[in-house]
Amino acid sequence: MKPAPFRYHSPGTLDEALALLAEHGAGAKVLAGGQSLGPMMNMRLAQPDALVDINAIAGLDYVREHEKTIEIGALTRHHAIATSPLVRAACPLLAEAARQIGHYAIRQRGTIGGSLAHADPAAQFPLACATLGAEITAAGAGRTRTIAASEFFLSLMSTALEPEEIIVSVTLPKAPTSEGQAYVQFSRRRGDFAIVALAATVRPDAGGHIDQVRLGVGGATDRPMVLAELADCTRGEKADSGWAARLAKAAYDAVAPIDTPRVPAEFRRELVHVLTRRVLVTALERARR
Amino acid sequence: MDTVDFELSVNGERHAVRAEPRKLLTDVLREDCRLTGTHVGCEHGVCGACTVLVDGRPARACLLYAVQMRGHEITTIEAIAKDGVLSPLQQALHEVHGLQCGFCTAGIVMTFEAYLKENPRPTEEEIRDVLSGNLCRCTGYQNIVEAVLKVVHA
Ligand SMILES: Cc1cc2nc3c(=O)[nH]c(=O)nc-3n(C[C@H](O)[C@H](O)[C@H](O)COP(=O)(O)OP(=O)(O)OC[C@H]3O[C@@H](n4cnc5c(N)ncnc54)[C@H](O)[C@@H]3O)c2cc1C
Ligand code: FES
Ligand code: FES
Repeated sequence: MKPAPFRYHSPGTLDEALALLAEHGAGAKVLAGGQSLGPMMNMRLAQPDALVDINAIAGLDYVREHEKTIEIGALTRHHAIATSPLVRAACPLLAEAARQIGHYAIRQRGTIGGSLAHADPAAQFPLACATLGAEITAAGAGRTRTIAASEFFLSLMSTALEPEEIIVSVTLPKAPTSEGQAYVQFSRRRGDFAIVALAATVRPDAGGHIDQVRLGVGGATDRPMVLAELADCTRGEKADSGWAARLAKAAYDAVAPIDTPRVPAEFRRELVHVLTRRVLVTALERARR
Repeated sequence: MDTVDFELSVNGERHAVRAEPRKLLTDVLREDCRLTGTHVGCEHGVCGACTVLVDGRPARACLLYAVQMRGHEITTIEAIAKDGVLSPLQQALHEVHGLQCGFCTAGIVMTFEAYLKENPRPTEEEIRDVLSGNLCRCTGYQNIVEAVLKVVHA
């Protein structure tokens, strides 16, 4: 199928892009990697009047290290994130998640900004960013603001972003050396969207007890879900497989997944149970290394 | 809707194109440039048949508007065999029966053209992971994996 007609703009600067979005209003769409927008337009699920292609804007494609954080430009491709030595060292969960997005060719073009703006509830980056407590920076005409990932994803493919805003970067905390991180997902075929995905960070203290845990579930509900209270409750427990099993059972009880024709809610709940234990054990093992 | 005029660089040759911005790169390659080796299976990024190289990196031509490709270099399957001599992967696919109807083959060759440059010594597991982005309805994949392994171990 072919896309409906649109006007095409390829601005060279962010300011020009923002001016174009302000001018066209909600009828315009930002075009980044086109790996989600392209299919939607070909299937005519999206029919924007105008596309503002941001690929020619310099300075949106980078990974930068700060003292306590890393900052990733919105136009950075999935493949670059998956293979960046900096991301792999400072934010291993993000790199591990990026490696599992779709397929090799898709990862060459898809961008982190596009993935966050698209906000598929089963997508890797929204889950990783929500779990890690990332901050998303968006530019609008005349102002730039930072939105916590926890407040960014509103529901299925809906975010806190205004139509005339462009995501410019994402900032994530660097993992301390004592922390282990892991991302696991279940999908029926390699490269398919996850049916359920789990992300976790585990920080044991010197005595082998849980100091800090972060746990996020993707694919189960209409947006990535961070189980902060459940995870906090286990602080001080002995870091062992019993702890992981208990927290997995608590996650199973807490998550009420969506029911879809091909994937019944109970199947998703079982996956939450199994994958939570797996992601916690993996993250803990990595913390001890 | 208005058309735009632009130049496209495909396999080192310049093509003057007049097309609506919505015209997909697949359609411009096939209809305007008359390069029909790039196949179209699904038009939503899933099957991989339309995979070409953009500045050396694999991309779905069905998810690109041709107008976006100004200033970029596109490589299609037509440029892979040199002077009638098949590339190592094309030759291996031929030898181990890695294709039947051939509909998927161009996309697979283009994908691995780029991948093997990045990772010349992949494991079978890595090959299968990359191949997951290209659907083949005939071969059952086994012989395609074998063909890539043959190139890797050559
Ligand atoms: C076969 C296939 C398999 C896939 N599998 C997966 C998968 O397993 N997991 C996964 O997560 N994704 C998957 N994807 C989607 C892929 O990751 C996309 O790259 C991603 O969802 C969107 O990023 P993009 O850069 O391609 O954005 P685009 O498609 O260009 O845009 C997507 C949306 O975001 C908006 N947008 C883009 N950039 C910005 C910005 N900087 N600021 C504001 N708005 C912006 C656009 O207007 C549009 O609404 C798959 C895609 C395909 C074709
Ligand atoms: S036609 Fe482009 S991926 Fe199927
Ligand atoms: S050989 Fe027929 S689709 Fe692959």
